[in-house]
Amino acid sequence: MWKWLHPYANPEVSYHFTKKLMPWFSMLTLTFLSIGIVWALLFAPADYQQGNSFRIFYLHVPAAILSMGIYVGIAIAALSSLVWQLKLADASAAAMAPVGAVFTAIALITGSAWGKPTWGTWWVWDARLTSELILLFLYLGIIALHNAFEDKALAGKAAGILALVGVVNIPIIKYSVEWWNTLHQGTTVSKLGAPSMSSDMYWPFVFCFIGFIGLVTWVICIRFCSEILARNAMRPWVRTLVNDTEEK
Amino acid sequence: MPVTMKNDQTLLKPLSYRATFWLVFKRDLTIAFRHKDDILNPLLFFVIVITLFPLGIGPESATLARIAPGIIWVAALLSTLLSLDRLFKSDHTDGSLEQMLLSPQPLFIIVLAKIIAHWCLTGLPLIFVAPLLAVMLNLHENSYLALMLTLLIGTPILSFLGAIGVALTVGIKKGGVLLSLLVLPLYIPVLIFATSAIDTASLNLPYDGQLAIIAALLIGSITLSPFAVSAALKVSTN
Repeated sequence: MWKWLHPYANPEVSYHFTKKLMPWFSMLTLTFLSIGIVWALLFAPADYQQGNSFRIFYLHVPAAILSMGIYVGIAIAALSSLVWQLKLADASAAAMAPVGAVFTAIALITGSAWGKPTWGTWWVWDARLTSELILLFLYLGIIALHNAFEDKALAGKAAGILALVGVVNIPIIKYSVEWWNTLHQGTTVSKLGAPSMSSDMYWPFVFCFIGFIGLVTWVICIRFCSEILARNAMRPWVRTLVNDTEEK
Repeated sequence: MPVTMKNDQTLLKPLSYRATFWLVFKRDLTIAFRHKDDILNPLLFFVIVITLFPLGIGPESATLARIAPGIIWVAALLSTLLSLDRLFKSDHTDGSLEQMLLSPQPLFIIVLAKIIAHWCLTGLPLIFVAPLLAVMLNLHENSYLALMLTLLIGTPILSFLGAIGVALTVGIKKGGVLLSLLVLPLYIPVLIFATSAIDTASLNLPYDGQLAIIAALLIGSITLSPFAVSAALKVSTN
């Protein structure tokens, strides 16, 4: 596997590979997200209890799942950067952190907008909501630590240690609805094979979810590329690349 | 010459882990007792923050009794945060931290000793002052034992988790605000379970569940956080 992976430790190879992947992710995102959003917001049947307000589910749930998924991604990148000293893993963690923070914020905001009509309140201090809020603070801490160091290599390592410490929070968020009696409902979509919702509500969700995964990957690819360029700004290949694009 | 050979060997014999631990522990305590302000100031801060609340909220004893556990614990978090800086900062500026990193003894033991010394200087005094402040806040009389127990088990966690944050920010010039941003989110679980234990005790219900969770957090942080602290110190001192 190392033989197959090792060319990508080179920033230049990695940069061009990511550039090549980007159009595929943008196509995936645009197709699935446009189909999913239109289907979910216009054609999926309204919930018999919550009416149309349940449609925020199609934004809230993917954002919440991805906020945790991106954090796990950061933790894996941080671990591989600390253990195998991969410099690009730091760059990818730095690329992921702000995206994850934004998705955590989206999950919290859509959640409170959904809570108002269904629970009658914007915010409750229940386990799921509180632990998601802590996740947002962790993301902000990682970003702040990244910005605090002048030296990017040090910043990546320091933020990586914090990210690994914060991993404790992820299972707490995931199982908070099972461990505590919360106002937040239990899992509905991730029960593989037997989701506890009808299929004409479920399929739009699948499309939205794949669309959001594509969107996140796309944005991370863009950020990863610019991160590589910023960190290697003094290298000859970056200079020729910049000169070439300016001449065009 | 066999005599000097023997002497050389005893000189080169590495310190045992226990000896290292006591050496660092005593050193930190001695340094702290030479600067008594460092011990007293966080304690004074703790007392002053708690006196602010009755002045701000109003002196009704029922309200104060209701919020007393939260106030005491939040004040404990903040005063620990204030004292954390001392853990590695002065050692970092005078270079002794680098010597510790270079020493053949495992960093885990050194870090463990420093954190436990820090707790003895900041966490332990809080436990002695807290009941007095609890009287002033009209804490429910069933809750005193719970308050003491949660502080006894909970404040070491604050030192251990805080050490990770200090170790990460020790190389940064203006690390103070950043430190609170990194550390306070990690303190939230301790705060939740500690105050919930004290509240449960005031209703005369068993609170060993919450205590068990705090104890689990303590064991987890004692065993794992020195690893994170050592890694972070290596990054910070570069």
